[in-house]
Amino acid sequence: MTKIGLEIHCQLTKLESKLFCTCKANYREFEPNTNICPICMGLPGSLPRLNQKAVEKATMIAMALNCNTPEKIAFFRKNYFYPDLPKNFQITQLNVYGDTTVGGTGTLMVGEKKIRITRIQLEEDPGRLIYEGSSEKNQITLVDYNRAGTPLVEIVTEPDFENPKEVREFLNILSDLLENLDVSDPSLEGAMRADANVSIEGGNKVEIKNIGSFHDLEKAVHFEITRQQSLHSRDIPIIQETRHWDDKRKITVSSRSKEEDLDYRYFLEGDIPWIKINEETKEKLKTEMPESISSKKQRYITKYNIPTQVAEVLSSDKFYSNLFENAHTKENAKEVANIITTDLMGLVDTREKRADSKLKPSHLKEIADSIQSGKITRNSAKNALYEIVKMGGSLSDIITKLDLGNITTESELSKIIELTISEEPLAVEQAKSNPQTINFLVGKVMQKTKGKADPKLTLDLLKKMI
Amino acid sequence: MDIKISALQFTREVKSGNLSAEEFMAKTLEQIQKVEEKLHAFLSLNDNALKQAKEIDKKIKLGQKIGKCFGMPISIKDNICIKDTKTTCASKMLENFVAPYDATVITKLKQQDAIFVGKVNLDEFAMGLTTEFSAYGPSRNPWNTDYVPGGSSGGSAVSVSAFECVASLGSDTGGSVRNPASFCSTVGYKPTYGLISRYGLISYANSIEQIGPLTRTVEDTAFMLNLISGIDSNDDTTVDNHGEDYLKNIDSGIEGKKIGIIKEMIGDGIDPAVLSATKDAISKLEGLGAKCEEMSLDMVKYSVAAYYTITATEAGSNLARYDNLRYGYDFSVEGYEFNSYIEKARKKLGPEVTRRMILGGFVPSAGHAGKYFLKALKVKNKLTRQINDAFKKFDLLIAPTVPILPFKIGEKIDDPVALFLVDINTVTANLTGKPAISIPFAISHGLPIGIQLIANSMDDKLLLQAAHALEKTVKLPEVPI
Repeated sequence: MTKIGLEIHCQLTKLESKLFCTCKANYREFEPNTNICPICMGLPGSLPRLNQKAVEKATMIAMALNCNTPEKIAFFRKNYFYPDLPKNFQITQLNVYGDTTVGGTGTLMVGEKKIRITRIQLEEDPGRLIYEGSSEKNQITLVDYNRAGTPLVEIVTEPDFENPKEVREFLNILSDLLENLDVSDPSLEGAMRADANVSIEGGNKVEIKNIGSFHDLEKAVHFEITRQQSLHSRDIPIIQETRHWDDKRKITVSSRSKEEDLDYRYFLEGDIPWIKINEETKEKLKTEMPESISSKKQRYITKYNIPTQVAEVLSSDKFYSNLFENAHTKENAKEVANIITTDLMGLVDTREKRADSKLKPSHLKEIADSIQSGKITRNSAKNALYEIVKMGGSLSDIITKLDLGNITTESELSKIIELTISEEPLAVEQAKSNPQTINFLVGKVMQKTKGKADPKLTLDLLKKMI
Repeated sequence: MDIKISALQFTREVKSGNLSAEEFMAKTLEQIQKVEEKLHAFLSLNDNALKQAKEIDKKIKLGQKIGKCFGMPISIKDNICIKDTKTTCASKMLENFVAPYDATVITKLKQQDAIFVGKVNLDEFAMGLTTEFSAYGPSRNPWNTDYVPGGSSGGSAVSVSAFECVASLGSDTGGSVRNPASFCSTVGYKPTYGLISRYGLISYANSIEQIGPLTRTVEDTAFMLNLISGIDSNDDTTVDNHGEDYLKNIDSGIEGKKIGIIKEMIGDGIDPAVLSATKDAISKLEGLGAKCEEMSLDMVKYSVAAYYTITATEAGSNLARYDNLRYGYDFSVEGYEFNSYIEKARKKLGPEVTRRMILGGFVPSAGHAGKYFLKALKVKNKLTRQINDAFKKFDLLIAPTVPILPFKIGEKIDDPVALFLVDINTVTANLTGKPAISIPFAISHGLPIGIQLIANSMDDKLLLQAAHALEKTVKLPEVPI
């Protein structure tokens, strides 16, 4: 049997400042080494000042993943030398001396399958290493400490996954959950990273590191399973080791470093006293916690009668559900949901497009209302939506500008239908005996009206006039 | 004009216009010029000290608002950061490190118009108890320049004792303020853990160390504590003392107080002169109306071993940042791989620091932690329980600060184990977070003896009151410098 476990690192990108100082948690917009201070650079004499908000957000994640949350949490030092680590130790959490991490055992459902969470810990991200130079011999390493001290939550799972597909599904669900909690923006580059542990047939565990994206993680796990199976079938022992994902060759490579043998000499971080998280705080966090994805989905289905499939798409994506929440009324909810899931999704499918979109919830509401009142057709609505996402502006202006207003008078529509009938005598003949062909004629009318005719009215008139 | 005055006298005189801050500073600098060659208390001097003192006089003349220090010359141990000033920790590793910020204690003293006359010597990274482990050469005891001044805040004690400043700030990890205070006949005080912010103090063993003043009188210590204590948003371990005034009611006396004499601190190896001074102190305290009784803290016998295990562990981590990549001394990375570079760069660390770093890599390591580091933590916890129990019965505890007299420079430097035992009476206060003070009490064969009082956590005021009462019973000769 294949067993896969994950260690997921998620930056709390929605926080204002770093874990132990007031530098920005969002380091991405800075020139190298400008988002730094004596604390995150670990200068002599500096001391960490714990960001209480980070503790709250991390606790919120623990609660959302159904974890035990201890009354008191503590920080530990993980001692090792690395150029991206300004103090040459990382302030992190540990459960060796009692349960002192922000979250203990928890669960997350992936469909019908329960994935157990081992623990959740809060820690600081190191800086970033940038390698330059053409070959290994003249390679130089540059260090950017802007990232150093960014609040990071590590989520460790039990080896409950059996195949890469489950891993992928879990990560999607987890990433939606974290986005929904408003603690992180997983679409930011490097905001979510994961390492995997893989073993087969009860054999030795192999850790895979250095995986750049979730997409690659799936591939890396797949490769590793295949590699181990191939060794196993030839009775070659599988060594317990750390392997690195080679992004270029798409294989895992033995890291051959002494990483496994590293002794981190963990001990309590004396500069940060134990932090009490009492019931009152937990209650407060519970009330502050955004509605969960599953509860949202259920509400969409029962309250608005939105189809399960649509509700699922809508609730799992924070961007869409926010739009929906702010645009819908009791009457137009289904219509708004439809517009988002059928028309909008294709228009704002990347982070950049979302950021550039000029669409406001009020637009969506107006469009949905206009469809329902027969002011515009769904087809025209789609065109209007395209325009609004690109340019913004008011819906009425766009209807005028693009001439999207419905042909609502029968007389006007009748003229066009007459013209169509005269142009398509063959189809008209067939339509008399074969009702399917009448749809062809409806289509022709639509073509002529650039989609502005009400399809139902067109059909009724056509039937009458043939 | 006399520079041999206390901090309180200084501020009174300058405030009343009887004394010019500039004149006093000039005299102080003169004294430094005169004695430094013999004593080597300072690692660097503030070139603007005289100019700053002149400003104070001008402010006084113009009737402007002025801080409580009135331009008092204060020396600062060179492991406390002063902005734009070299902070070397007496190490070659940091010979070019210029602090880009002020320690909280410095910010507070600046606000009170203190003048930092210079940075003073210490054992490298505060590891030692003789100041012989300074990378820039040892300081010497003003009472006899053949002798060590104690350590690690040796420069602080020497500069106060030899009138090179009025008061000093040191740091105390295992006795580093009290030990040199005892050896140089000054007052030296380590507060309750968390009472003074450590922000800007370069960490050696951060879970037990505190900044502490060295002064001529207990009142001066209370005065300094008023200025530098209290909660600090830059140090999460600080405690709120609600703006306590430690000078107020300092002469309350100690009548009716119960004082425990720690048996384990006057036992084997104690110098007879130190023992007799301790007995004298006890009878004086009883004369003041205190009740003294011998008691036992039997974990004290393991305290030094626990102390070195814990401090080495924390030092191994705290000093790991000195890889010379972000600051440090001139040494190009060209041609080195990371690990080989830092290995080479760290060769700049001196022998005692290296010794403790090696120890710090070993005692908490997997496979050895159970035998050493975790056991040391157990001793620390048990000792803390014992002393907490003792404070249910006693208001204060008493012991000599150091069981032996100051010794000659070079006499024990090659015998680390013998040196470690000098710590036996001071480390308990650090391991348990309790406040402790050393006051000058006797002179034997021209060498000072200090007496130590220990109080319960946050009983710092009571401690200072008791020390003040005992101090008043003592009349000592002037330092022969």
